[in-house]
Amino acid sequence: MTAGRRHRARTAAIALIVFAAFMHLLAWSMVGPYANAGADKPTLVTMTGCLLLSGSLLLSQAMESVTRAFYTRSDLDLILASPISPRKVFSVRIARIAGSVALIAMLLASPFINVLVLLGGARWLAAYGVVAAMGAVAAAFAVALTVALFRLIGPKRTRLIAQIVAAVIGAAFVIGLQVVAILSYGSLSRLAPLQSKWLIAHAPGLDSAMWLPARAVLGDAGALTMVTAASLVILGLAVAVFSVRFGDHATAALGVSQTVVRQRSRGFRRRSPGAALRHKEWTLLLRDPWLVSQSLMQILYLLPPALMLWLSFGESGTALVVVVPVVVMAAGQLAGGLAWLSISGEDAPDLVATAPIASRRIIVAKVEAVIGGIAIVFAPLVAALGFVSPLAAMVCGLGVLIAAASATQIQLCFRVQARRSQFRRRQTSSRIATFAEAFSSIGWAGAAVLAASGSWLALFPAVIALGVLGGVRLVSPRNS
Amino acid sequence: MGQPARPIALATRGLCKRYDRPAVDNLDLTIYGGEFYSLLGPNGAGKTTTLRMVAGLLKPDAGSIAIDGIDALADPVAAKQITAWLSDEPMIYDRLTPFEYLEFVAGLWRIDATVAERSANELLEWLGLAAHAHERCEGFSKGMRQKVALAGALVHNPKVIILDEPLTGLDAGSARQVKNVLKERVAAGGTVIMTTHILEVAERMADRIGVIAHGRLIAEGTLEELRRMTGKDQVLGAASLEDTFLALVGDAPAVAAE
Repeated sequence: MTAGRRHRARTAAIALIVFAAFMHLLAWSMVGPYANAGADKPTLVTMTGCLLLSGSLLLSQAMESVTRAFYTRSDLDLILASPISPRKVFSVRIARIAGSVALIAMLLASPFINVLVLLGGARWLAAYGVVAAMGAVAAAFAVALTVALFRLIGPKRTRLIAQIVAAVIGAAFVIGLQVVAILSYGSLSRLAPLQSKWLIAHAPGLDSAMWLPARAVLGDAGALTMVTAASLVILGLAVAVFSVRFGDHATAALGVSQTVVRQRSRGFRRRSPGAALRHKEWTLLLRDPWLVSQSLMQILYLLPPALMLWLSFGESGTALVVVVPVVVMAAGQLAGGLAWLSISGEDAPDLVATAPIASRRIIVAKVEAVIGGIAIVFAPLVAALGFVSPLAAMVCGLGVLIAAASATQIQLCFRVQARRSQFRRRQTSSRIATFAEAFSSIGWAGAAVLAASGSWLALFPAVIALGVLGGVRLVSPRNS
Repeated sequence: MGQPARPIALATRGLCKRYDRPAVDNLDLTIYGGEFYSLLGPNGAGKTTTLRMVAGLLKPDAGSIAIDGIDALADPVAAKQITAWLSDEPMIYDRLTPFEYLEFVAGLWRIDATVAERSANELLEWLGLAAHAHERCEGFSKGMRQKVALAGALVHNPKVIILDEPLTGLDAGSARQVKNVLKERVAAGGTVIMTTHILEVAERMADRIGVIAHGRLIAEGTLEELRRMTGKDQVLGAASLEDTFLALVGDAPAVAAE
């Protein structure tokens, strides 16, 4: 996490404490008012909606983990050649996926649960149990869904389709709520539809089993027991049914790499070294399955603001400021991944390093490829925004470029020599870089929305984002 | 009248590189143009470190490197323009086809597109890759990947070709194709510098052989000259390169531990 330098361990620890404190403060502002909520219908409806929203994200995460377990060779040969029953090994593997999904979920939910415990009492500790149960169920469904894809469309297509399905599942529920909120209430708030009188009136009665998870979160011991038992049964069933043939599916998945993909042929095109580098980066990015799923997810998350934009066409555009931070955040997130693939994920480092081109020029070409890619993806939305509010479009466009440039700069500071296939490990190989990217994107998104509103307070989040970049330069391995 | 001076493709003087101990220790190496030079040595002798410094992948701690008269440390871009490097692990792009890979390399080396395309097609034909020219490399075997990487090293017609164990993991057919292409390049006036642990290859292909041990050049010359250096040519007779090599490295003094 500290890229190998001890003296940065202290800095990283302090940064983590600050981040945890910030998250708890944020949680305080969001869930503090609900700490003493009871099991009335509006609360149960809202709680259940939030659990479904979280569940879809957990399912998405679990599908990513299961897909990785199928398509990574690592120790598969050793397992299948050993005297240990593959069924036992893969049972443990599925259980481990469930465990890791649940652990991550509990970690992310911990600020909110801790605040509720502090303000509303120990009953809220039951929420940890519900989150863990949701992780187990998500893993079970993820295994079932992936195996179903295997049997329906075969291992060759499952890899990409599973990633796309994971992205869509993760985004669909969230976006669906936002779309309903926009159409009904003109707001991007995901909770608006959950608090509607229509929904509360038409929801099942208080004694419905549908509210069991929500009751469990609110501290009902009986409900918690039933939810936990049900999740263990579901996970147990998944392990019993799918562990038997897990090894067969994983072996079939490894054969996918032997398939032939042909490209259209055309003659050599004359290019300068910089243009050749950019073209290579763009070609590889376009053919990267991660990029397909991530771009789809970013585009899906942009649908609600695009819908809001379309609905507001012709109006003053003041309501459109909510579109700006969403777009800027999306740009920052996407740019971070593209930058890692271009800068650190160089599969032929010796070739590039021995080419007759200055090393600085190589880096410039890779950065151009990233920023150019971001510009191509986000230009249409910014242009559409310009028809409604030129100021918002200008601020949004600038915010997109600055967020993308910041994410790229962070990747430059923490660049490593890795293969593109190791992309999924990027967030664990340097957590400082991961957090810095997130904070930077949030800072620039905050600055953009305030600037688009015409407020001078935009300076504060901008200064914070710049501070993040400055801190990154100080702690980066390249400065040691 | 004296013999005209042979052009020098590579000259290192006092080349040094140190990690925990000297990896390359005051190495003076001279390789002539149009020569097939094989660099041999036991594991950890400094062969790869030496060649990586020559290729511009590592900075030496001391010494000079001149490639075809160009100071490679002062003007690395000019030196790299006429140099090609191929490592033992073929590093290519899984999601590019061989054709696209060669187009990329041609762009990096600023080779005219028409000339490069012709060269690329010839190389793919010679290396038996023509049928796979427009297939993505992700499905290729190790031998095919190595041949694609070799084609990339040759497409820009380098004067000096540096190869670090290029035949590792290749089947007999692929190895034969690689050797034939390298011989053809030397015949056309290029210089090949190759490390290998397959001594039969060095014995059959190399014009001169250099033996490195403990970061120093301990012997250099034709196979016959190396046999004479061991002082055992009368005893061993027409000793193989393996016998000669083992005799030479067995006598090489180790660097004192620090």
